[in-house]
Order: sequence, then structure tokens, then C-alpha cells
Amino acid sequence: MSAVIKLEEIHKIYHTGEVDVHAVRGVTLEMQKGEFVAIMGASGSGKSTVMNMLGCLDRPSKGRYLLDGIDVSGLDRDELADIRNEKIGFVFQGFNLLARTSALENVELPMLYVHRRVAGSEQRERAMKALDIVGLAQRSDHHPNQLSGGQQQRVAIARALVNQPALLLADEPTGNLDSQTSIEIMGVFQKLNDQGITIVMVTHELDIASYTRRNIIMRDGRVVTDEPVKHRLNAENELRKLREAQQAVNLA
Amino acid sequence: MRIVATVRIALRALRRNKMRSLLTMLGIIIGVASVISAVSLTTGATKQVESQVQSLGESVLTVFSGNQTTGGARGGWGSAPTLTVDDALAISKVPNAVAVSPEVRDRAQVLANGLNWNTQVIGEGPDYPQIRNWRIASGAMFTDQDVRGLTKTAVIGKTVVDQLFPNENPVGQTLRVRNIPFTIVGVLGAKGFNLFGQDQDDVVVIPYSSHMRRITSRTYVSSILVQAANDKVIDQVQQGITETLSARHRSREPDFTVRNQLELMQAVTETSKSMGFLLSGVAAVSLFVGGIGIMNIMLVSVTERTREIGIRMAVGARAADIVVQFLMEAVTLSAIGGMIGIGSGIGFSMLISVWKHTPAVTPVEWVVAAFVSSGFIGVVFGFYPAWKASKLDPIDALRYE
Repeated sequence: MSAVIKLEEIHKIYHTGEVDVHAVRGVTLEMQKGEFVAIMGASGSGKSTVMNMLGCLDRPSKGRYLLDGIDVSGLDRDELADIRNEKIGFVFQGFNLLARTSALENVELPMLYVHRRVAGSEQRERAMKALDIVGLAQRSDHHPNQLSGGQQQRVAIARALVNQPALLLADEPTGNLDSQTSIEIMGVFQKLNDQGITIVMVTHELDIASYTRRNIIMRDGRVVTDEPVKHRLNAENELRKLREAQQAVNLA
Repeated sequence: MRIVATVRIALRALRRNKMRSLLTMLGIIIGVASVISAVSLTTGATKQVESQVQSLGESVLTVFSGNQTTGGARGGWGSAPTLTVDDALAISKVPNAVAVSPEVRDRAQVLANGLNWNTQVIGEGPDYPQIRNWRIASGAMFTDQDVRGLTKTAVIGKTVVDQLFPNENPVGQTLRVRNIPFTIVGVLGAKGFNLFGQDQDDVVVIPYSSHMRRITSRTYVSSILVQAANDKVIDQVQQGITETLSARHRSREPDFTVRNQLELMQAVTETSKSMGFLLSGVAAVSLFVGGIGIMNIMLVSVTERTREIGIRMAVGARAADIVVQFLMEAVTLSAIGGMIGIGSGIGFSMLISVWKHTPAVTPVEWVVAAFVSSGFIGVVFGFYPAWKASKLDPIDALRYE
């Protein structure tokens, strides 16, 4: 197994006004291919900063970050944009789909910025495939405002997958969803992970984190806990239990 | 990122805010439309004047005799009896002078058909229609033989026909000038009004020899019309005439003057040129104002779509991709505005043309220039907003509410 992510003594210092904010204070982590990791922590723990750096949206002030074997800590803006395009798929809390744009075109978006040009027909084909993986192929022409929150998040996941990234990054992906839909989305992630896709997720919900395989807890810019999940939940089982419970309520 | 996809994205973004896009384009539309319609109308007017100058004849020079002072009163050009038929013959030997016609002018009352009419009676040579580029509508021009034989033949203009021979073929009929009967051998085609508002068709043309002998009893001619082979040799011919006449007249001061129609043309061209400068100035100012409108809206658009920019950056758009996207939007906006402006400018000038009965001609080069410069305006004024968009931090842009 090769390390998809390798963080070596990562520091991040923000120079805001007079006080320097030391958001991340020496984080060293390694994540292998096929892992499913949840990063947790209170606000201000530095988890979002780590997430931004993992996503190549931000650069560490100090330390080294190897993504899929490439040292990305010293790259410039445009080089980071290329890395994001090729290696990383993002899923956000607020879905971040383009409004008044069909699901299919939203999924095609990352392919617009690929250096090796993708033909129109191939774009369509790949986007449809990605939508099929998340179970939304039949809604490809729907606009975001015609889709439920869960469906929008599925479109976002399809968009994240379309360039076959080395890493899927999810920032509070269930934050805007009700509990049943949250479990459904976690089911999608579990299915993708079973197929070998590496997923890193930031969440502050403990029960959501227990669908992953490894939990990292941060506090004050440092990793305080890093352990495998002991009682891993299976989304399919949980959904079945939920439905049975609802049925019981309906019968009563 | 491919260009077609970019244009599609731009068009979609502009369609989303139809009203705003239209209002933004309005500056460019009004600017381009006003320039195009003004250019069309002035070009039409200039073309009309040019064709009137052309109607005087192509590459034509006119030799006037000098002025004569009688009792202290100076008579003006043509008053001195210095030009003769022999002068005209000498001029016809000047190289590149392809046709020469001595000219005698007079006004007279003419009678025919029981009707009478006061008109211009001019004596000319047989080459007169050729020099003046004047078509013979029916019959034929009198010939050299008529000139030599002092025949009583006449070619009359359209207005004279209308006045004296309504609903009749005048060819072969008799026309009396100062009671002398002339046979009408031809009718000139309609030429309309000249540059100075005179009706050119109100004329009776007879051989200059007959005119001098039978009508005016003069030994000198009023002027001599000379046609040069083409416009390029017109100056050379003018010099030839001057030299020939100076040698023949041996006067200390020149007792004649040579004018050419090119000078008149130059005056017209000068006017249209300065008009062109003025219009270009108006165009530049209005396009500038329109450009500021576009920049303003693009800045608003960038702010509104910060999150979209963040999403695009997150999925891998480079700074150049963002610049191109917004630049394309600005260019599309201004180019469409330019096209609408060109269309409505042409439409407006046609409307005025029909309403005011003035010709309107839209020069292609102005249409191209208007389109290119409106596109250029989009690039210039769209660049700053596009650059600003590309400098956004992806993290901040994604969090923007």
C-alpha cells in the first residue's frame, strides 16, 4: 500500500493584523490508499485548516505535504489548481453546485479545466457514469433547485469523482442534511470506499464519524487522537433499522 | 478551456440577467447606432454631391477668359473678349486633351408649337455631350459639318421639351430662337439639378458657329470646355493649356483662367473628411462611456458570483481560465451591443432617408470598425473585473455568502 497523503511537521501561521495565529502546530500524518478517515475537532482546532491544505486550497507555512507521491507544499497557484483538478475531488457542506445549470453540466465542470482536452461526447459519457454511480443518472437534466438536499449532495459527489481523483475530500458533507439523508450519503461514501477510493472527511458529528474506518481528533492545532473505528456502522443496516422503526411507529 | 464552451458559458451568464445585460449594452448600442446612422447620412450626402460633380463631366477643365474693366468697373471672369475659336483649336493639340468644345452662352426667349419659354441658349461643339457625360435621349447630336456649315440645328434639354412639346416628339420640329428657326435634331437625357441648384435640363444647344454668327454676332467665345484623358493627367493638361494660351496671347498678365472639376471634388472630400473626424470623436466618447458601463456591471457580476468563482477554482480552474471566462463575457456583451447598434443605426438612417428623401449609404469599413472597436472595448474594460476575479482566494470565495 502506498501513502496517498503524507504530512510531515505541518505548520500554518496566519498573519492577521498584529497577532499571528498559529492554527496548525506540527501535524504529521500518513494516509494509505483505500482509507476512510474522519477528522474531528471543535471549531478552532485547526481541522478546517488541515482540510484546506489537504485540498491544495492553501499551502503550509512550514513542513512538507506529499500527495500521491508529489511534494505539493512548494507549488504556485496555477500548479495547485492543476493538482486539485487531477488528484482531488471536493464535497462541501453547502453542496456548491452551479445554480441554473443541469446536474450533468455540474458534473462535467471539472473536465472543462483538464489540460488534456476531453471531447464533448467523452465528457458526457464520463459525467453520466459518475451520476450513475451515485444513483442519479435519470435526473441528469434536473437543475439543483429541482433536487432535494441529498440529491444535490450526490451530484456534488459525482462531480468530485468525474476526474478519477486520488483523494475524495468531504467538508461536513452531512451538515445541511437530515439524519436519514445523512446516513444515505454515508452509504454512498462507504460504497465508494469499498471500491478502493480514499476518502477524508471533516465532521463534528460522532455518529457520522463512526461510519468511517479511522478517526482523527484535533485540538489546538495538534492531533490528539488517531485510532481505528472499533464499532463501525454500516449505512445499509442503519437504514434498514430506521425503516423498521418507522414501520413500527406507523403500525402502532 | 475551449473557446466554444467559454462563449456558451458567457451567453448563459448574460441570459440569466436579460434586463441587466440589455441595459449594460445600451451605452454601446446608442453610441454605435448614432455613429453608424450619422456616417450613413453624411456619406449619402457626400456621394450625392460627388455624383453631381461627376455630372459636370469627367476630368473636365474649363477655360474662362479674363476680366475686362469698363470705365473702372471690373467685369469678372469671362467678360473680356479674349478667347477665340482658334484658341480652342490650339488647345485641342495639347497632349491628352481628348475633346474640346468652345462655349458661347446666352439667354433667349424661344418659341415653338405656339408656346414660348425663356431659357439658356448655348453654342457648343459636337463633342459637348461626350465632355459633359450627357446621354442623347432621342435623335442625335449635331456634327462637325453642322458647325462648319453654320446650320440651324438644335439639341434641347428635357425641361425645354416639357415646356414646349408636352406629349410630343420634338425631333424634326422647328424651334425659333430670336425668330430664327432651328430644326431640333436631338433631345438630351434628363440630368437634373447641378451643384448650385440650377436646372441643367433647361437648355437649348446649337453649334457654336451658328450661335456666334446668327444669334450673338460675336467673334469670341465665353469659355472653352476641355476633357483630359483621365484624372491623373488633368494637371498636365491644365499646364499645357496655360502654356498654349500664354504663347498665343502674349499678354503681360494672364487674360484667362483654367478651372478643373477636381478642385471642386477636393473641397467636397475635405468636408467629408472633417465630418469623419468629428464622428470618430463622437464614436470614441460614446464607446468609452459604454465601456465604463460594462466595467461597472462586470465588477458587480464578479462580486455576485464569488462563490461560483470559488467552485471553479476548487475543481481546478487556473487564474487564466477565470480571466478568459469573464473577459469573454464582457466581450460578448459589448460585441452583441455593437451588432445591435450597427443594425439599429442602419435602420434609423434608412428611416431618415425615406422620411427626408436624402440618400443614406452605410460604408462597410465603418460597420467593421464599429464592430471591432466595440469588441475591443469589451476587452479593455472587461479586463480589470476579470483580473480581479482571478485574484480571489479560493477558500474565501467558497465561503462567500
